[in-house]
Amino acid sequence: MSSDDELMSDQMSDAYGDDDEDSLGELDYEEDGGEYIDEGKEEKPTKRSYEVEFKVYSDDQIRKSQQNQVEEVASILGLPGEQVAILLRHFKWQKDRLIEKYMDSGEEVLEEAGLGPSYDTPPKLETVQGFVCDICCDDEVGLDTYAMRCNHRYCVNCYRQYLESKIKDEGEATRIQCPSEGCSMIVDSKTVDLLVPVEIDKRYKELLNRTYVDDKPNLRWCPAPNCEYAVDCAIRPVQLHTIVPSVNCRCGHNFCFGCGFSEHQPCPCALVKKWLKKCEDDSETANWISANTKECPKCVSTIEKNGGCNHMTCRKCKHEFCWVCMGPWAEHGTSWYNCNRFEEKSGSEARDQQAKSRASLERYLHYYNRYANHDLSAKLDKDLYIKTEKKMTTLQSSSGMSWIEVQYLEAASKVLQQCRQTLKWTYAFAFYLERNNHTYIFEDNQKDLEMAVEHLSELFEKPTDQLSTAKNDMLDKTAYVKSRRMILLDYTAKSLAAEE
Amino acid sequence: MGPVPTFSRRLKRELLNMQKELPAGIHIATADDLSTWEMDLEVLDQNPIYHGKTFRLRFKFGKNYPIEPPEVMFVRTADREIPMHPHVYSNGIICLDLLSTGHGWSPVQNVESVCVSIQSMLTGNTKNERPEGDSQFVMTPMRSVRDINFVYDDPTV
Ligand SMILES: [Zn+2]
Ligand SMILES: [Zn+2]
Ligand SMILES: [Zn+2]
Ligand SMILES: [Zn+2]
Repeated sequence: MSSDDELMSDQMSDAYGDDDEDSLGELDYEEDGGEYIDEGKEEKPTKRSYEVEFKVYSDDQIRKSQQNQVEEVASILGLPGEQVAILLRHFKWQKDRLIEKYMDSGEEVLEEAGLGPSYDTPPKLETVQGFVCDICCDDEVGLDTYAMRCNHRYCVNCYRQYLESKIKDEGEATRIQCPSEGCSMIVDSKTVDLLVPVEIDKRYKELLNRTYVDDKPNLRWCPAPNCEYAVDCAIRPVQLHTIVPSVNCRCGHNFCFGCGFSEHQPCPCALVKKWLKKCEDDSETANWISANTKECPKCVSTIEKNGGCNHMTCRKCKHEFCWVCMGPWAEHGTSWYNCNRFEEKSGSEARDQQAKSRASLERYLHYYNRYANHDLSAKLDKDLYIKTEKKMTTLQSSSGMSWIEVQYLEAASKVLQQCRQTLKWTYAFAFYLERNNHTYIFEDNQKDLEMAVEHLSELFEKPTDQLSTAKNDMLDKTAYVKSRRMILLDYTAKSLAAEE
Repeated sequence: MGPVPTFSRRLKRELLNMQKELPAGIHIATADDLSTWEMDLEVLDQNPIYHGKTFRLRFKFGKNYPIEPPEVMFVRTADREIPMHPHVYSNGIICLDLLSTGHGWSPVQNVESVCVSIQSMLTGNTKNERPEGDSQFVMTPMRSVRDINFVYDDPTV
């Protein structure tokens, strides 16, 4: 199973276990979402059709909310906090369920979670006469050994190495099983405390803390490297066919709450996955397309794309053309004609199988080409911005603009990159779209955003000395591009919702 | 590389045990050091896909064997081919969850038990075919076998 599938199935399946008949339905999660953290609420003023509500929590807030729940349940059940933490983890933090079950059959619940009568006697090492360790084959007399209640006994050195490898290398905490083949007894924290060195134990505790978020369907860690925020969003896996839940972490990373991938509106998670798989499978055929260099369609000299704009001018013959379709730019000036729309060939041409498969490859390449182009352009735009920013710094004195005054460049660059990201995914989305009335409106919106983005991008590539005079123009175009993106996302979100 | 000293005893013991006795159809081909062993494997029933053929498995032991699984793959020699199986790629790489860290491996398993598992995986197979995407898979540059994240989607094989 891939991680996406795991996410979906984990969240959809009864989080507690399969042997339980009276599993709690989805609604029972509901009350968990809002109640537990009061600080850090980020109320959004007005929500657009393509936006979802979410909150961002710090590592610390997550820790505190766990602590609050532990204390609350501890006072209800009259048990020590340490044991309640284990019980809550065992019940995947469905506390009402825990309380109900505990009231019903407390002994059983404790036993199941590894807190049975033997819990209070601390685990200890033993030496056993005639013992041979099945892992290292050591049979030395007086060898320290350890076994959990399942009685699978190994030497202390092997047990430690096993736990270290699980914790350090695999990042496991709540799902570490007994080293014995096929034994499903989960290694409890007292065993870990006893066997591993302090620094590994510390890591284990950290991992335990992190599983809280993994266990809650409404929480997800921000996938950005080293980011320690978690996002709280109530979108459920079943809703992902019609909603693309983009969230913005406090660290600046925009990602999809549904699948954890970088923001991919307006394309739904399942299609993103399908598309990426297809691109991977077809990468050999499609690689040539994403290459950075092409030949000028007129004079055949090699041209390298060094900015995000698709309006190319051959340095040699001055021919102006479109990087995407290689057609003359003059025809794009106002209408950017059908550069975004793949013209399906008439059925007669696709008579035989070979022509059909060629047509299907062509169709794929049409969308892939545009998808890859925006991907590349976004990177180039960013590079360009970094270069420009450097120049602006040095030119600040001569242009007479303060640092604050040149911030419009950064804003424009950000909008540009975000729109390229959106455009990129519109092509993956369009590849799977069935042709109907919606498609034409979608493609018109796509075309309008394409045009707006190209105009802004073109402005960006102006020499630095002309940039300062273009400030108002750039502000206007930035606002316009933003509005085109909103229109496109709004329309797709509404038609996706209508499909339901 | 071979396992760290504490674990080399385990491998020596495994070898000793296997030299004494091995299940039918499993033989030691080479075991000259503590880093790489080769085992020969036959499928014992009349399965027409494998009848009359012997296959060679290569085991590579990392320094953390047996805490971590060995790298196991089929190898081609003058008289040994790679068996046809929907979980065996034509370059010899085997998609089997017991061979991957964090999935099915337990440090109690050993060379012999791995051989037995693979032998029964072949015995039960009726499909004379390679995994889906075999040709692309074998073209991608080799990573460490254990780092490949196979999708364990087929519990029947
Ligand atoms: Zn041992
Ligand atoms: Zn056990
Ligand atoms: Zn973040
Ligand atoms: Zn997604």
